[in-house]
Amino acid sequence: MKELNELNLPSSVRYHDDHEWVSVSAPYRLGISDFAQDALGDLTFVEMPEVGTRLTRGEEFGTLESTKSVSPLLSPVNGTVKAVNEELNDNPGLVNSDPYGAGWIIEIEMNPGELDGLMDAAAYKAHLESEGGH
Amino acid sequence: MSGEFKTPGQSGLILNEKLLWESGRKGRSAMSPVVSGLPPVSLPPDLAGDGPDWPDLSEQQVARHYTRLSTWNFGVDTGTYPLGSCTMKYNPKINEEMANLPGFVKAHPLLPAEAVQGELRLMYELEQFLAEIVGLKAASLQPGAGAHGELCGMLMIAACHRHHGQNRSKVLMPDTAHGTNPATAAMCGYSEVKVPLGPKGFMEYATVEKLMTDEVAGLMVTNPNTLGLFESELHRITEMIHQRGGLVYGDGANLNAIMGRVDLGRLGVDVVHYNVHKTLSTPHGGGGPGAGPVAVGDRLLPYLPGPRVVKNGDRYEWKEDLPLSIGRLHGFHGQFRVLVRAYAYILSMGPELKTASDLAVLNANYIKEKLKDVYDLPFDQPCMHECVFTNAKQAAARVSTLDIAKGLIDLGFHPPTIYFPLVVDSAIMIEPTETESKEDLDAFIAAMRQVAEEVRQNPETLHQAPARTFRSRLDETSAARRPILTGDMG
Repeated sequence: MKELNELNLPSSVRYHDDHEWVSVSAPYRLGISDFAQDALGDLTFVEMPEVGTRLTRGEEFGTLESTKSVSPLLSPVNGTVKAVNEELNDNPGLVNSDPYGAGWIIEIEMNPGELDGLMDAAAYKAHLESEGGH
Repeated sequence: MSGEFKTPGQSGLILNEKLLWESGRKGRSAMSPVVSGLPPVSLPPDLAGDGPDWPDLSEQQVARHYTRLSTWNFGVDTGTYPLGSCTMKYNPKINEEMANLPGFVKAHPLLPAEAVQGELRLMYELEQFLAEIVGLKAASLQPGAGAHGELCGMLMIAACHRHHGQNRSKVLMPDTAHGTNPATAAMCGYSEVKVPLGPKGFMEYATVEKLMTDEVAGLMVTNPNTLGLFESELHRITEMIHQRGGLVYGDGANLNAIMGRVDLGRLGVDVVHYNVHKTLSTPHGGGGPGAGPVAVGDRLLPYLPGPRVVKNGDRYEWKEDLPLSIGRLHGFHGQFRVLVRAYAYILSMGPELKTASDLAVLNANYIKEKLKDVYDLPFDQPCMHECVFTNAKQAAARVSTLDIAKGLIDLGFHPPTIYFPLVVDSAIMIEPTETESKEDLDAFIAAMRQVAEEVRQNPETLHQAPARTFRSRLDETSAARRPILTGDMG
């Protein structure tokens, strides 16, 4: 596991306490943080919703399967799925190798105000510290 | 892979083995086809062509192939297998002997009741035993596996609510639950309401009380839970759930801790399933059939699957007229010969079933106390049949839970369950069961301590472990991402 100071936490995205990120401007993409991919270990399967699926804040919209476990993907915002990252079907390891780039999971149609409830990188780092993160 | 093996032996008499496709030689056969004397007939064109690429093998090659593979296996008959949540207790051989009695082996499920009185008696008595062991009223042997038993239980709960004109759509689910619980609830049309774990490692009354609305059909609870801890507030919780019109499903995954010791009826459980392969010493998996019987209290009794075995005077018969029953869950009467093994075990043990549970709990606590100075114990309190550690004391040396498990293999032990339950980060979940002797437990403890010492001295070796096995560390990621499921290795 990475130490807290080894984590890549870019300021171009906003974070949710369940470790998903959403980009700060359109197109609004969603993925999981460096902390989350490191904690899950090598991903083997990403189950994504269909385009057009409505997302509700706090509700599950997909799952991540790693060599360790299966974990739900929870939506940090309300919105609609505009696109899914089809690349992940063949190469789920992109989420591990490039969590904020090629490892994006879905693209969302949403009101920019949805970002208000999310954390910036500094707040997210403080959140990880308070959780006893690594 | 072919051509890699110059000699069959890699280490002493641990034999290498090729794939069957690589061993085949054109023209070899394990049988001599009868010469019929009939003239050959050509196949219709749509059936002609190249068949599957079956290897041509002699009988001896096939026998050696599977025997060699079997020598790479590790089972509870080989050594200590402390896989948490799986209850890998020893399966007494008397169970096999009883299940192989010719009368049981040859009984056909379509025989009329008068021809199978012995089988029906066994089923009737086993149902009574299963109910009595957990303090409930009746049982059904139909479910063909633990998850099927869960489905049976939740279908009964749904049927009971329907019968009383209740339309409830949610089920409460502690976050320590096995993954099958939310899956079962979903199959019965329920959505799940997560019940977060309390600070002491079990559900708190106040939390559940807030979540229990008139939309909630009930609670699915495993007790002891998957942290190996007794749900100490469960009695108050079930009372409240019943008052608000809900029902309680007990997941029997961890019954080995409480056989004959906890009256689940009085604890407010309406239905519980048994994993007979855990609690009642029938074989684990191996592709063979399982069984997941359920026991119920008064409230759900009318909804049990049918037909049911009943006793009429000194005769046993099938009762079909069960107006509220959820119906059949199995083509015939359940996995009968697996159930014979469970019956044999219960009769062999008798009242000692209680002692088995006592020793299972004692053994887990012994391991917990002997290891908690070298491994992090997130919930330091008396446990039931299993205990959960983490790698927190080893994490600074960059040794993961997986590394610890792999290191244990080099010392001759099957690893514990790892990364479950999910509520504990990097969990190491140890369930010794009652059938390991004190010497076995001490040897396991010594091995775990040796791994911890290795982390202090030389953590790098653990990243490479296992090194002393037939195959060194496998690439689990590639195996999961790109599984090769055919004989064609490219």
